[in-house]
Amino acid sequence: MEKFIKLTDTAVPLPIENIDTDQIIPARFLKSTDKQGFGDNVFRDWRYDHEGNENKDFVLNDDTYSGPILVAGDNFGCGSSREHAAWAIAGYGFKVVISSFFADIFKGNALNNGILPIQVTPEYLKELLQTITDKPDTKLTIDLENQILTSPAGDLEFEIDPYKKVCMINGYDDIDFLISKKDRIEAFEQERSF
Amino acid sequence: MAGKTLFDKVWDAHVVDTVPNGPQVLYIDKHLIHEVTSPQAFSELEERGIPVARPDQIVATADHNTPTVDQHLPVRDVLSRNQLKQLTENCEKHDITLYGLGHKYNGIVHVMAPELGITQPGMTMVCGDSHTSTHGAFGTIAFGIGTSQVAQVFASQCLLLTKPKSLRVKVNGKLKPNVLPKDVILYVISKIGTNAGTGYFCEYAGNVFEEMSMEGRMTVCNMSIEMGARGGMIAPDQTTFDYVQGRKFAPEGAEWDKKLEYWKTLPTDADAVFDKEYSFDAEDIEPMVTYGTNPGMGIKVTGTIPDKEDVNLEKALAYMNFKKGESLIDKPINYVFIGSCTNSRIEDFRIAANFVKGKQKAANVNAWLVPGSQQVAKQLVEEGLDKVFTEAGFALRQPGCSACLAMNDDKIPEGEYCVSTSNRNFEGRQGQGARTILASPLMAAATAVAGKITDITKQLN
Repeated sequence: MEKFIKLTDTAVPLPIENIDTDQIIPARFLKSTDKQGFGDNVFRDWRYDHEGNENKDFVLNDDTYSGPILVAGDNFGCGSSREHAAWAIAGYGFKVVISSFFADIFKGNALNNGILPIQVTPEYLKELLQTITDKPDTKLTIDLENQILTSPAGDLEFEIDPYKKVCMINGYDDIDFLISKKDRIEAFEQERSF
Repeated sequence: MAGKTLFDKVWDAHVVDTVPNGPQVLYIDKHLIHEVTSPQAFSELEERGIPVARPDQIVATADHNTPTVDQHLPVRDVLSRNQLKQLTENCEKHDITLYGLGHKYNGIVHVMAPELGITQPGMTMVCGDSHTSTHGAFGTIAFGIGTSQVAQVFASQCLLLTKPKSLRVKVNGKLKPNVLPKDVILYVISKIGTNAGTGYFCEYAGNVFEEMSMEGRMTVCNMSIEMGARGGMIAPDQTTFDYVQGRKFAPEGAEWDKKLEYWKTLPTDADAVFDKEYSFDAEDIEPMVTYGTNPGMGIKVTGTIPDKEDVNLEKALAYMNFKKGESLIDKPINYVFIGSCTNSRIEDFRIAANFVKGKQKAANVNAWLVPGSQQVAKQLVEEGLDKVFTEAGFALRQPGCSACLAMNDDKIPEGEYCVSTSNRNFEGRQGQGARTILASPLMAAATAVAGKITDITKQLN
């Protein structure tokens, strides 16, 4: 997993609430057996019409907006457990998603793929969306070490599980950790009484 | 000290270790896998040169990306065929039991495991599928995981998790006739919303759930994720034990007695405290339909679409081509789907068949019946329900996830409405531009016969 320490860049506004994983990556694109290529189809049915032509009014097709930070409406990533959604977000080039609420499974999947989900207050989100929509060259800074998001909407201290923070900063993942617990796990299997 | 909840008891019994100021290492008893969310996890292990830790605690099935006709023939779609081939190869290589396409135990993962007795009370179960919450019906901690976590369980039979908060949903009272478990859960979600459960594990309590069959409880727990909860549980009781006993992988003899004794200790203590509680009266629940693009957008079939200023509502109604304040009764419907891990068990088909018997499907309707498993399909024939359906003009297909997520060819055409017994009415869920109306198997059967949404409460009294 790629390390994440600090990032300063522009952001893309997507002010839609309840963006579910079927919108992030429709099921018909889940037939691949590797993790590559999902970025091409992220938000597929909003990005393209049925003939495969770009929908000009969708933000990812608007040259005005670019950057590795996605700022989205409340309850982002609800629905299925498909990690393909996180692979699609990462594959497109997003490293941070900011929203006022994240669905559990998506949040975990994002963290396991080096994407930082940052939860902000609804008021902060509203102001941030307005700012980046009006001024697309606005730069945001995400300092993971100090857990600070800096934007014209203000400096905001965001939360992250301390263990996950260490993983993100060092590029570690859970498998390494769990394997290091092998003896403890085997002892548990021997001891369990039910 | 306050007592423990059902969830606490099962969780605490599976904690292997606790990271200081961090997550816990939770032991997983059963890991279910399928073709769509496992290949990248197997690759991950291979890249790192790690073996599968406990292959005998994993069971595989092919369900998401399988055809529901001509399953004896090679799968036509090249990508789908490859995905199924990889599952077979991975299971062979790692010595994992696979109930592949055509196998007598093949079926939707959340139908297959309970009917084989793989799912038992007090367990921890995971699967790379959000509807793993279904198994909570047995008093099991069961939840969906991402593919990175599938790899973690392969590697260690454990997961690193932070214990979720506790939520209890109580429904007490007497349900009206023709109000099914699906209506109960759609009603609850319509009241509390699609993210009320996020960060929580839910317990369903009250006489309504106590009086439900295991099939009904599975329907309820299945949709826990649709209110954001990772999982939902119902305390194991005699109904649970009677269902499990005698199934293929259920414990027997002295082992059964020992387990049963333990299972009886699991229900929530009277003095346990939940972080959040909701309570509903059974009398308030009526047959439900959804009108929008998330499962919380539901109304009583006799009700009307909310009339309020809300951009999300407007966006959903634009997609569905419905208007604020209108009723869905008499809306013409051309597609009906009875299936999915929510409602594809024998009881669901009995309910539908009981309504359909002696009637004919409306000429405009394509009615697809997709049993949840080979065993359900077999039982349909044994009970003669297949004849009831085919005589009424319904198309009985082969088991799989089918039109619930439309990964295979079972897609609802653009702009068409489908009254569906599945779990999600997201935009494009059942096919690009398809419009899903979630409902119970009874509502779905009645729609197929009428060719339009009907007021089932009037028809059946």
